Amino acid sequence: MPIIHVTTVEGEALELQADSGRSVMEVVKANDLPMLAACGGALACATCHVIVDPDWYDRLQPPSEDEEDLLDTAHGLTSTSRLGCQILMREELDGIRVCLTPMD
Amino acid sequence: MTEDEDFTTDVAVIGAGPVGLFAVFECGMLKMRCHLIDALPAIGGQCTALYPEKPIYDIPAAPELSAAELVDRLHRQIAPFAPQFHLDQQVVALQRAGDTWELVTSRGIRIRARAVIVAAGAGAFGPNRPPLADIEDYEGRCVHYLVTERARFRGQRLVIAGGGDSAVDWAIALADEAAEVHLVHRRERFRAAPESVDRLHQLVAEGRIQLVIPYQLAGLEGDGTRLSGVLVKTLDGDQRRIPADHLLAFFGLATRLGPINDWGLGARNGVVPVEPATCATSAPGVFAVGDIAGYPHKLKLILTGFAEAAHAAHAAFAFVYPDRALHFEYSTSTGVPGRESA
Repeated sequence: MPIIHVTTVEGEALELQADSGRSVMEVVKANDLPMLAACGGALACATCHVIVDPDWYDRLQPPSEDEEDLLDTAHGLTSTSRLGCQILMREELDGIRVCLTPMD
Repeated sequence: MTEDEDFTTDVAVIGAGPVGLFAVFECGMLKMRCHLIDALPAIGGQCTALYPEKPIYDIPAAPELSAAELVDRLHRQIAPFAPQFHLDQQVVALQRAGDTWELVTSRGIRIRARAVIVAAGAGAFGPNRPPLADIEDYEGRCVHYLVTERARFRGQRLVIAGGGDSAVDWAIALADEAAEVHLVHRRERFRAAPESVDRLHQLVAEGRIQLVIPYQLAGLEGDGTRLSGVLVKTLDGDQRRIPADHLLAFFGLATRLGPINDWGLGARNGVVPVEPATCATSAPGVFAVGDIAGYPHKLKLILTGFAEAAHAAHAAFAFVYPDRALHFEYSTSTGVPGRESA
């Protein structure tokens, strides 16, 4: 099963088991970590904003225009910012590293 | 603003999203009157605020329906029960008062209810505020999330931030009267009506609007009362300062759980734990339904919330009518009280 390395806002490093086909947002929520994900994955908000490790960013499918539009409303963007609901886990992403962003 | 009004009702429903609206129907069928409170000025919750035009396909017996249409239909469905709405205000306190619950809203309204149904979704909607240090000190005076009085910007130096219709339209509208308009956005593309974007670029070419791209907000400069400048930076950390009297930030809406965390309902990460068959929270007479209600294997779907609303209403009955047995009836037998038959 692929693994996601998650760093929380406080700097805590965690290793989460991620079933293939689940999104990073779903895995983070399933582990009860602080993430609002207000719209529940409907691609209607930016509250599952995560920062992907630069080594992993280019291995993801590029963001859709809808995702880019929503990232416009996120704060503290970086050049590797993504919405966690749009990163679907698969074997090739085993070991991906992401940082969570503040909930408020 | 204080309206200083007191109300007593059977059930107070916190949140006027689809699930809160349907809770009014379920309560109404059991002859329980409802008051509904919502932070937004309009009903519908996320359906209205985030995705009114998105089609929804998983509402039973409605093969396709826009979120706005769903809200409109629910509004019509509950009309016979004449719920009282308290919009544009947030519930700031929920406390026990004898055998009832007392809610206080941000407008000072007090509502006493025998039972409370929390249908607050992901929390109360408000402006999506950029997380800049000391921003609260300037809000209302130099930092704005909506324009209520454009005359105040005459001759002023404005920084407008955001990439959607509000940011673009206000940059255009205020370009004439403001001394300077800087429009800060993180990328070249604006998600605004094409004709607005054309007009924007025309005003940029005429030198009446300065584009600050690709930048995002980084900080505020001022004396704690009046703003003197806005700091912006690129993704690479290159920072610059724009002299400004006002910041208009248009990043849409965001939810905040806010005071719900303090109501002793055991809320954690935006979820209030409930007993699934009744939607009862740990506080007697307080129920939670929809996205905010959590239990193992919860499905965050509108249709789940509708069923939860029915469960909560039936369980709330015992608090509203403690001496009466609930005689279960189908709507096919009872009809809808107060509704004129077609």
